[in-house]
Amino acid sequence: MGGLTKEYLIKRVAMFLLTVWLGTTLMFIIPRLAPGDPITAMIGRMSAQGARIENSAEIIAAWRARFGLDAPWHVQYLRYLYSLARFEPGYSLAYFPTKVEDMAARSMPWTLGLFGLATLISFILGNTIGALLAWRRTPNLVKALLPASLTFTSIPPFMLGILLIYVFAFGLKWFPFAGAHARGLEPGATWEFIKSVIHHGTLPALAIVVTTMGFWALGMRGMMVTTTGEDYMILAEAKGLRPSRIFWLYGVRNAVLPQVTALALTMSGIAGAAVIVEYIFTYPGMGYLLYQGIVNTDYTLIQGLVYFLIVGVALGVLIIDLLYPLIDPRITYHRK
Amino acid sequence: MTTLPVEPAVVPERLPERVARFRLNRWDSPWLNPKLLTGFSMVMFVVLLGVIGPLFWDVTQARVASAPLNIPPIWVKDPPAIFPDPDPAHPLGTESNGRDILALLMVAAPGSLRVGLIAAGLGMGIGILLGFSAGLIGGWWDALVRTIADAVITIPSLAVLIVISAYVRQIDLNNMALLLALFAWPGPTRLLRAQVLSMRERGYVQMARISGASTFDIMFKEMMPNLLPYLAASFSGNVSANILAATGLEALGLGPTRIPTLGMTIFYSIRAASILRGMWWWWGLPILLLIIIFTGLFLISVGLDEIANPRLRGVQAR
Repeated sequence: MGGLTKEYLIKRVAMFLLTVWLGTTLMFIIPRLAPGDPITAMIGRMSAQGARIENSAEIIAAWRARFGLDAPWHVQYLRYLYSLARFEPGYSLAYFPTKVEDMAARSMPWTLGLFGLATLISFILGNTIGALLAWRRTPNLVKALLPASLTFTSIPPFMLGILLIYVFAFGLKWFPFAGAHARGLEPGATWEFIKSVIHHGTLPALAIVVTTMGFWALGMRGMMVTTTGEDYMILAEAKGLRPSRIFWLYGVRNAVLPQVTALALTMSGIAGAAVIVEYIFTYPGMGYLLYQGIVNTDYTLIQGLVYFLIVGVALGVLIIDLLYPLIDPRITYHRK
Repeated sequence: MTTLPVEPAVVPERLPERVARFRLNRWDSPWLNPKLLTGFSMVMFVVLLGVIGPLFWDVTQARVASAPLNIPPIWVKDPPAIFPDPDPAHPLGTESNGRDILALLMVAAPGSLRVGLIAAGLGMGIGILLGFSAGLIGGWWDALVRTIADAVITIPSLAVLIVISAYVRQIDLNNMALLLALFAWPGPTRLLRAQVLSMRERGYVQMARISGASTFDIMFKEMMPNLLPYLAASFSGNVSANILAATGLEALGLGPTRIPTLGMTIFYSIRAASILRGMWWWWGLPILLLIIIFTGLFLISVGLDEIANPRLRGVQAR
């Protein structure tokens, strides 16, 4: 403990704010560099889909005024930042009286539960495999079999997801191919509901775990090779400590530190993967909601959801950063 | 390592390692890494499919309604009654919009590779510039570059790209690559900065500096050759990440609509519920091609890592 100084805390929180600000600003600026504005684009799409729009010029003008698009850009920008900072991106365009923040709140637990858990499982499994691969005492048979578990490493999660649906949902019919729980089941703390959630979550979770595990294993193997060469490992051997103790507390404990940093760095990638995996599995989380926003050209929904994703990922990174000094004593040690 | 050198058991223990090292020395060059070569040939296969394929196959069949619908690939025996019989005119089958899958793959695959290459190339260029300058100049510039790179790396790029491409509907491959490059630079920047920082203090760089070499010379004549394997490994990883992002956007229906892409094919096939209709060739073949690309790039990156970091070779040889 004690590694968490006030200075470090302020720095990390500032970093969090910078990240969120940068992400939202990119989201604001770049679409405006392109010709046209969202309302015109929306009318264009609606007429392209066959709907004849009467008085489209008036509609455009009215909507532009309604969404404040006729204000100068810096006013728009400040309004935009203000509404997002209060976590109130506003009404959904497609489901009008519903607010984006309410829709996001309903879908967030699914995304957080499924992908938080999947990432955790993948991190633990992958690091254990990687450490075992670099560990001299690992039985040869295990060492020969372990790399097979890394076969799917370079395959993107959503592609494996499609394969899994085809094999286990369409072919073998072991698992459902859509949704988060059986229809008509009241969400609650009943065993039946939990069973259904696990049953529906297995395939999407598998798609994430199997594809990301290898990344952790490869990194861990490299770190573990370095660690096993350290003097304190030899000393631990010489002292006659139990091999499992040396492995976990001397080897893994030290080799895993850079992996935790890597976890913070890959967080944004996991969020991206989650969006598409949810879409493939029609899993009722934020990613699938985002896809519905795309289909309905519901710009406030898309923008709001992506803002929440940015904040969520930045928050996750902030938490890892704040925990890091607690697990790595050297950070305290090196401070003056 | 784990046994004390004085123990007699050490001798047989160490032997395999020595053999492995001997074998490694017999290679003329570490660049003849089997993983690197396998990966490279996989990527070349896809490139050749796109370059040579159109010479032998009519790729205009990648357009909508240029072929009969829903034909399975020719090796399918007794397809379900809902599908027509396999047709030698369409060896990989056709999909529900009347496109020939083989032609589709030939047209789409080079596009995917190109997007990845352009985006990763731009990201790499910016990364080299920023990483080198941050590492060499230091001070406030280093702090600025590092802070912004750290912030950008934390932004879920795919999500932001979704917002952008949802607004900007008409997008072509080049613009898409530009957008992707927006998020492709922090990785190489961080890598180069770290390498330059550690390299700056090495003897030969100090030597060059004392000899009066210019900063530019130190960067490109002294440091760059040593950084090449790192750069190449990071580049191939970046290409793969950008192809993944592009495919992801396309699979959500947000890609270029004028020319077919692999992700777009997956999007149409999912929208047409092809998985549940058993039309595996529609989504499976583009995915297979993408998997070949990803695995190839992954092997290239691992191979290059082993070249850059001999320690990894030692473990692998045991």
